[in-house]
Amino acid sequence: MIEVRDLTKKFNDFTAVDHITFDVKKSEVFGLLGPNGAGKTTTIRMLSTLTRPTEGTATIGGYDIVKHDNKVRQLIGLVSEKMIMYDRLTAKENLRFFGKLYNLPKNILNERTDELLDLVQLTKWKDSKVGTFSTGMRQRMNVVRALLNMPKVLFLDEPTLGLDPQSTVEVREFIKKTNKENKTTIILTTHMMNEADLLCDRIGIMDQGKIDTLDTSTNLKKLISGDDTTILKLEIPNLTNKLITKIQSVKCVSSVSRENNSHLKVHATGDDAFDLIIDAVRAEKAKINSIEKLQPTLEDVFLHITGREVRDKADNKIAIKHGPGSRGFRQKLRVR
Amino acid sequence: MNQMGAKNMISHSFRIAWKDLLEVFRNRMGLVLLILMPIFMMVMVGYIYPSDNSMSDVTVALVNEDVGYGGYTNASSTLTAILENTSNSIDWMSLTTASSFDEVRDMIQRGDVDAGIIISSDFSSSIMNGQQGTITLVTDQSNLQMSSLLQSVLQEVFDQLGTMLAQQNVQSLGVDPSNALAVVQPYNVQTEGAIEGTFTYFDFVAPGIIAMTVMMSVMTGLPAAISEERESGTLDGMMVAPISRLSVILGKTLAQIARGLLQGLIIIVIAVALFGVTIHGSILLVFALLLLCVFSFVGLGIVLTSFTKDQETAVMLMTTIMFPMMFLSGVFFPVEQMPWYMQSLSNCLPLTYVANALRKVMVLGADISMITTELAILIGFGTVMIAIAVPVFKRAMTQ
Repeated sequence: MIEVRDLTKKFNDFTAVDHITFDVKKSEVFGLLGPNGAGKTTTIRMLSTLTRPTEGTATIGGYDIVKHDNKVRQLIGLVSEKMIMYDRLTAKENLRFFGKLYNLPKNILNERTDELLDLVQLTKWKDSKVGTFSTGMRQRMNVVRALLNMPKVLFLDEPTLGLDPQSTVEVREFIKKTNKENKTTIILTTHMMNEADLLCDRIGIMDQGKIDTLDTSTNLKKLISGDDTTILKLEIPNLTNKLITKIQSVKCVSSVSRENNSHLKVHATGDDAFDLIIDAVRAEKAKINSIEKLQPTLEDVFLHITGREVRDKADNKIAIKHGPGSRGFRQKLRVR
Repeated sequence: MNQMGAKNMISHSFRIAWKDLLEVFRNRMGLVLLILMPIFMMVMVGYIYPSDNSMSDVTVALVNEDVGYGGYTNASSTLTAILENTSNSIDWMSLTTASSFDEVRDMIQRGDVDAGIIISSDFSSSIMNGQQGTITLVTDQSNLQMSSLLQSVLQEVFDQLGTMLAQQNVQSLGVDPSNALAVVQPYNVQTEGAIEGTFTYFDFVAPGIIAMTVMMSVMTGLPAAISEERESGTLDGMMVAPISRLSVILGKTLAQIARGLLQGLIIIVIAVALFGVTIHGSILLVFALLLLCVFSFVGLGIVLTSFTKDQETAVMLMTTIMFPMMFLSGVFFPVEQMPWYMQSLSNCLPLTYVANALRKVMVLGADISMITTELAILIGFGTVMIAIAVPVFKRAMTQ
């Protein structure tokens, strides 16, 4: 459905998107995962014909995004990070206005407007101005607006950014439903690991304008568990820096991060990792309250691949890596 | 572009224009300001400039120091009588008496009076002896506009008195009474306007303000409207739809034109109803001129839009362009008052020609044949600007 070849966007000297290449199959949910500034939004803007690529090409449904931009526009819907809604117009007026731009005949447009408003439970507020809506209602409107032309491809740029948990769940459910029922191909960007995990069939991990790795989330996680990495969560009261340093110095440990005052997350390799770590803690005469073996998350994958944590995540972790099996890991100290 | 495409483009433009106008009318505060702004402008510029009917509560102190000549003080008492008469007939001026120059000065400094008239002590004796009688006008230098106006009014009064006196004198020399006036004042100067009726500063300024408002709506309203949509993200919603990029700018422009013309109409109504401005030419021609004004500025507006990335820039652009235009294009001050280099600059501004043409039509009742130069310049300017604007805008929209 979508073929991207060496797509590049430069803003003066800055390369926002750097020769990315990938394909998206029909009715697939494809996720671009990465921190802010990774080039996700620029990629979406190029694919949705809003920005011209500096180099490279892409086709959507067989149409070139530059040469046949108007053909492409008929096929796509865009939910951008900013709300595409006029606050002074009512919900219905907004949908009608955008629908008219797609040359929908009046009766079909009216029908579809009512249908879509019903779908996101906004029928009651169809004649209220969008400016009076809550953020959750607005985002539901925003998503529904992109479906007016029944797009074959739907672009979602950070669709749940700034939403409360309940609205987030609602929007995610809606995305899944749209994909299932209409066989809509979806490309979404997110900086939230669990969102990508939950929604996407395949995930491209994007960082500094490049797609580092592209696979299903299961396979991405295997990247870590495959090379017999064990992730342990230890609860140790009265954590000291000395103890942390001690754990780091254990041969099998590849990284240690401090979650809070009493919790540590330890990445280690080898079959005897479990025992070695416990021994090290005991040797320091510290008490272990609990120990838990974790499944790798996409966050771990991201850390593993880029050697960095997702940049914009608020944290005060110490993530120091060394030792064997720490491919490309750089030493990094994070203190807020 | 095929016929279908053109039809779609027009229909999309109207959609966008209608949506924009709907937004304008939903914004109550904005709507009130839309009407208030031109009223403020008219009132401000209209009343800042003094004219006979803008003067009120002017007090003049009269000091009669005349000691008389042989017991007669005829000359000065005639003068004071006439001055009193004059001040009675002019309702904005009142007369009060004072004893000396020093007192008058004190009164002016305290702000009790605005000017003083001092009749010298040897006034009667000088006149009786066939010499010039001296009258001193004391003015308030801190208020130049007022004192110069007062000066000219009083000067006229004294001139008339002097002429009367001179007339009597030459009559006594044996000149025929019917010729006496011609002997003292050989010239009879009369002032008459090119057309009938009385005119105020409003007549001068109203066409300019109308032209300026319409110009502003396309030149600064357009960049502001587009950058607002760009910032809020709604522009993407239009750009991602399969519509011509031109229909976006066209639609936005149509909305701005409608707004500008509406505002122009409001000013005309206000000017006629509240400020007594009369439109001497054809009202249709006035509207045709406003449309032409829009046409000539649209291109420039689109070019500015292409370079304006955010609203803040749009607002700055507005002030930067508006002020020089306002003062240089003869909207508020006649161009002829300016030094030559300012005048040549003024000649380069299209607004000058719109204001000129509008003034000719509205005040002087000119018809279309009398404003052909202005029309040609405006059409030429507009065509060139649009030819530049379209490719520039298309490029700016798809970076």
